[in-house]
Amino acid sequence: MSRRGLRVEGLRVQISQAGRLLVPVDDVGFAIGANECVALLGESGCGKSLTALALMRLLPEVAQVTAGRVDLGDTDLLGLPELAMRGVRGGRLAMIFQEPMTSLNPVMRVADQIGEALAAHRGLVGEAARAEVERLLQAVGLDAGRQWDYPFQLSGGQRQRALIAMMLAGEPEVLIADEPTTALDVLVQDQILKLLKDLQTRRGMSLLLITHDLDVAGDMADRVAVMYAGQIVEWASRASLYATPRHPYTRKLFAVLPRPERRGQRLDSLPGRVPAADAQHLGCRFADRCPEAFPRCHGEAPSLLQVAPDHAVRCHLFFPADIGNGASARVAAPISPPPPARVESMQPEPGEPGPPRGRAADALLEVRDLAVHFPIRRGLLRRVVGSIKAVDGVSLSIAPGETLALVGESGCGKTTLARAVLRLLEPTAGQVMLAGRDLAGLRGERLRRLRREMQIVFQDPFSSLNPRMKVGAILEEGMRSLLPELDAQARSERVAVRLEQVGLPADAAGRHPHEFSGGQRQRIAIARALTVEPRLLILDEPTSALDVSVQAQILNLLADIQARQGLAYLFITHNLSVVGYLAQRVAVMQGGRVVEEGRAETLLARPRSDYTRRLLAAAPGHLRA
Amino acid sequence: MLDYLVRRLLYALPILLGVNLLTFALFFMVNTPDDMARIHLGVKRVTPQAIEAWKAEHGYDRPLFINTQATGVDQVTDTLFVDKSLGLFAFDFGMADDGRDIAREIKTRMWPSLAIALPTFLVGLLCYVSFALLLTFFRGSALDRGGVILCVALMSISGLFYVIGGQYLMGKLWHWFPISGWQPGLDAWKFLVMPVVVGLVAGIGDSTRFYRALFLEEMGKDYVRTARAKGLSDLRVLFRHVLGNAMIPILTGVVVVIPRLFLGSLIIESFFGIPGLGSYTIDAIQAQDFAIVRSMVFLGSVLYIVGLVLTDISYTLVDPRVRLE
Amino acid sequence: MKPVLLWSDALLFLLMAGVLVLVWSMRHEDWLRDPWRHVMRSRIGAGSALLLVVFLAVGLLDSLHYRERLPREAGPPGATAQHSGEVLSALDWLLTDLRTRTEKTYSAPLATHLYVKESMKGPDGREVRDYPPLQYPRGHLLGTDKVGQDVLYLSLKSIRTGLLIGSLTTLVMLPFAITLGMAAGYFGGRVDDLIQYVYTTINSIPGVLLIAAAVLVVQAQIEAHPELFDTAAARADVRLLALCAILGITGWTGLARLLRGEVLKLREMEFVQAARAFGVGRLAILSRHLLPNVMHLVLITVVIDFSGLVLAEAVLSYVGVGVDPAMNSFGNMINGARLELAREPVVWWQLAAAFVFMFVLVLAANLFADQVRDALDPRMERKS
Repeated sequence: MSRRGLRVEGLRVQISQAGRLLVPVDDVGFAIGANECVALLGESGCGKSLTALALMRLLPEVAQVTAGRVDLGDTDLLGLPELAMRGVRGGRLAMIFQEPMTSLNPVMRVADQIGEALAAHRGLVGEAARAEVERLLQAVGLDAGRQWDYPFQLSGGQRQRALIAMMLAGEPEVLIADEPTTALDVLVQDQILKLLKDLQTRRGMSLLLITHDLDVAGDMADRVAVMYAGQIVEWASRASLYATPRHPYTRKLFAVLPRPERRGQRLDSLPGRVPAADAQHLGCRFADRCPEAFPRCHGEAPSLLQVAPDHAVRCHLFFPADIGNGASARVAAPISPPPPARVESMQPEPGEPGPPRGRAADALLEVRDLAVHFPIRRGLLRRVVGSIKAVDGVSLSIAPGETLALVGESGCGKTTLARAVLRLLEPTAGQVMLAGRDLAGLRGERLRRLRREMQIVFQDPFSSLNPRMKVGAILEEGMRSLLPELDAQARSERVAVRLEQVGLPADAAGRHPHEFSGGQRQRIAIARALTVEPRLLILDEPTSALDVSVQAQILNLLADIQARQGLAYLFITHNLSVVGYLAQRVAVMQGGRVVEEGRAETLLARPRSDYTRRLLAAAPGHLRA
Repeated sequence: MLDYLVRRLLYALPILLGVNLLTFALFFMVNTPDDMARIHLGVKRVTPQAIEAWKAEHGYDRPLFINTQATGVDQVTDTLFVDKSLGLFAFDFGMADDGRDIAREIKTRMWPSLAIALPTFLVGLLCYVSFALLLTFFRGSALDRGGVILCVALMSISGLFYVIGGQYLMGKLWHWFPISGWQPGLDAWKFLVMPVVVGLVAGIGDSTRFYRALFLEEMGKDYVRTARAKGLSDLRVLFRHVLGNAMIPILTGVVVVIPRLFLGSLIIESFFGIPGLGSYTIDAIQAQDFAIVRSMVFLGSVLYIVGLVLTDISYTLVDPRVRLE
Repeated sequence: MKPVLLWSDALLFLLMAGVLVLVWSMRHEDWLRDPWRHVMRSRIGAGSALLLVVFLAVGLLDSLHYRERLPREAGPPGATAQHSGEVLSALDWLLTDLRTRTEKTYSAPLATHLYVKESMKGPDGREVRDYPPLQYPRGHLLGTDKVGQDVLYLSLKSIRTGLLIGSLTTLVMLPFAITLGMAAGYFGGRVDDLIQYVYTTINSIPGVLLIAAAVLVVQAQIEAHPELFDTAAARADVRLLALCAILGITGWTGLARLLRGEVLKLREMEFVQAARAFGVGRLAILSRHLLPNVMHLVLITVVIDFSGLVLAEAVLSYVGVGVDPAMNSFGNMINGARLELAREPVVWWQLAAAFVFMFVLVLAANLFADQVRDALDPRMERKS
């Protein structure tokens, strides 16, 4: 009897590099049935992508599978010779990738790229291939005419559809989707996820969805495997996992998510870092960060054992020592419900409750009809023939101590707006008033004085710190420029104060940025902005590049700082959960304009504009919330 | 497209003018016609009269930019700059110091140059790209490692040794070809093979290594992983995907030199006694005939700019993202 | 003995001092230190570095120049001491034997007799044509050249020329490349247009021709003013410096273009934006944020260019626009020797010596450059 689906057992991937042995994937096992969607869920660096590449036998050259078994139906994939594996790859087992922008060959037409797969796996060429290409494009919701396009002529979502069509060409039994929507905007993400789900059910395909997003996994998967430090720590049906997450790590993942209903509460946090891939583990890999760890956790590695009919977990909490390694696992301890997130009441939010702010004279930042246009030049004399209206008449105001969230998809102009407010870009028209003073036309000393009042924290913690400067010098730079009256002594004192405030050790000042993790670097960036004691902080997607557990730490830190110093935040984000969690007011941007603005609770509960409604409906987890 | 060409040509003018001014400054202002005369007459016979006579004979007896002696337009036009330098724009190269017409020399000498440079270029490109593809296909293997080491060793040898070694082995020791010389017409092939082979071998190390690096960089890109995930064979991935994309950087370096093939190679031509533009130039340098050097500099610049335009046009053939507007 | 400081000596020692100061001041910057450590830990890196150090030592010894005091009897007693017009170096002093043990003309390596027959008196007093015995039989490891000079000595003397061309050219090229490349990338607009115009113009001229043209002019100027140079060495030295300057002024475009592209990317980076938000001035941004982040490209280019320049010297000297024909250099050695290949039996040792010395120097430089690039190139970092 032939089986369908994919079964993985004891998979181990090793990387040997410069004399070090890394084991990024260790003893991973799961199964996907026919017509089932399984999500492999985990934070960055947990080994989920390498697992997928190992299944495809597309690991980078330094990495090797050293143990385990992968069965696709009745075929032992790891035992196949490379030539036979080539027939499986893109045929019975296919994979789509995260970056639609770079995953397609830029110099080949879509039709040719799909045609290659058709020729390789189904022997289709010529007219038959043409017809099949059109059928596939239709199946993924692309116009047949698009087949003659080159990838650069397609949008991100269209490219991802084209990639899916390419991978459907071999009529796969199992499709692996590695973070297929992480690089996409929320509306497009929603469409692509629906398409994948639809294809999976209609074609009876198995779908392995690799994601870091609990909500996406919850929307899509039938079963979910949670990975941590190269191992699966929890493996359960979607229903069981989302109703009663059991592993302390999984429970933490749920607890750290910012949600509108957690507004005003501190987010639970997950201290520490994921252990390095070359670490030697004696006990549980999560023990060092686990709030419920007990001595056994440090001395003995737990196995993945069943605690409920469709729920397995790798944790000693559920298995007394005597049967810990027994084959017949049973539920030993009553499964405790996830503890409620520790609630610490925060100081009352400034400005709340209170009347919704109009464009009052007491606004800290007042933006009036701001426009930033980039000229388009054409022709012999590079004449300006038009302009890209990146920001097209935006008005905003922020009161002291208030948080205004600016929401929108990529390309809507929100980052351009931030840069224009900071005068990093010259606005084409409009006014920016900071504390009642107009920034336009200010130069030299007077501009510098206003720069003290507002600072910015960027999205990417890796490119926002100069890799060649020490942290101390990075923090001092703003003071040297904007507060020349401070001497070296005063500056280094301030550096120490700020480092402590953002929770970094004092010796951080003497080190280079690359010695810190992404979250720590974001703390450094925040500390840098705070050194000149601004009253307004522009936060440009400050947590988008971070894992959820780190995001929670940063959001908590930002809340602390605001509570203590009364800073106003202009919080730029695409994540509506974060908006609901922390903003008092929201402005929604689309195409360079603000389409809707209002108090956060009202706007999120009763959006007036059609665009906001669509954004809210497309947010993952929306249906289950 | 037309728009683009016009703009490109307009941009070429200031560059050629710059080249012109630069060479004019070097040859007429830093080094005055008096100095030139002194070199040609030899130190012993230098008298002020002899210098004046030599200058008059070669037309160097006029002011640089403004002729105060002349009247009207001639004040500006009857000058060294207009006569010797601006004339180049009309490809009026004038006479060499030995009295021969430079333009005619160029016309007859460019064919032997081309006969050697073109095959060297084409066969070379084919060989180097093939070798690089071979190394890329077997990347990480002993073949690849050995190939790279060989490339580094080959590129550490001065070009002069390739010529000397080639002449010694193929000419003197094995008597395959005449050591040097030239014959017009079809018999030229006897004199062609050796310079072409030497030119090819001299370039192997550098180019193969460069192309291999290009291919390896492409191999690391996401679209290659996609192609492999489709189940394509390594060969198909290499030829269809990697080569297709690597053509873009390859063309950047390659197309721009095509027009300059006319100018030939200085070293190869002078060693092998080819009567091409390369040996013409080297002879001019050694005879300090500045008129020829200036002409060749100008011609080289023109051909370079033509090469730039050709490069841009060739992009539109291999990269669909590029459109000339 | 009277010390002589040629311009090139001064510049070379200045360069050495500069490098040492730079290394000393940067010794705690681990972004610079780690890659170098990585280079030194690899066998190829350490081996090629050792070779280069040996070459450098020879070159530096050859840069300590002096003029010998002539014997007293040359002048009246009490008069100021007279000095020989010949400039010697510490290396010459060390190699006095090799330098002074000259033969009449060619002799093969470790030969006992000259290469050509001569008429001489036989033991019986009759005129015979035979190979005369050498004055220093088996005394010339690599043979002697046309005028009987030891080839090993000539090869060692040529090293300094190669090193100078490779390093001083870089010294001239770097200020142009760094300031113009970075300015074009950072300021954009008109500045960029102008700088691009300049480098397209320079690029458009065939390199050898531009160098040849400039060298011809310099050569003419040197010949026109013989009174400026008191020794032949000083004259050759000025010509060498001029050659370096010309190579530098024509050779900055490649690096400038590279830096322009990199700065164009970097200036949009968020750490530069953050500095601008602090009101940090343009010069401070350029020097503090951008320069350190393109330094690796500069270093890689310097080491890669070195070997190319050593090779270029040979070609240019062959063309006749290289160093002074009287100067010891690989190019001049090859040039002098190549015609002798037509002789029977072949005079091969001079070419072989130039080949081996040049090959080892350039190979070491190339291997070292490879290691440095691998260690410093961030693209490589990402792969590992």
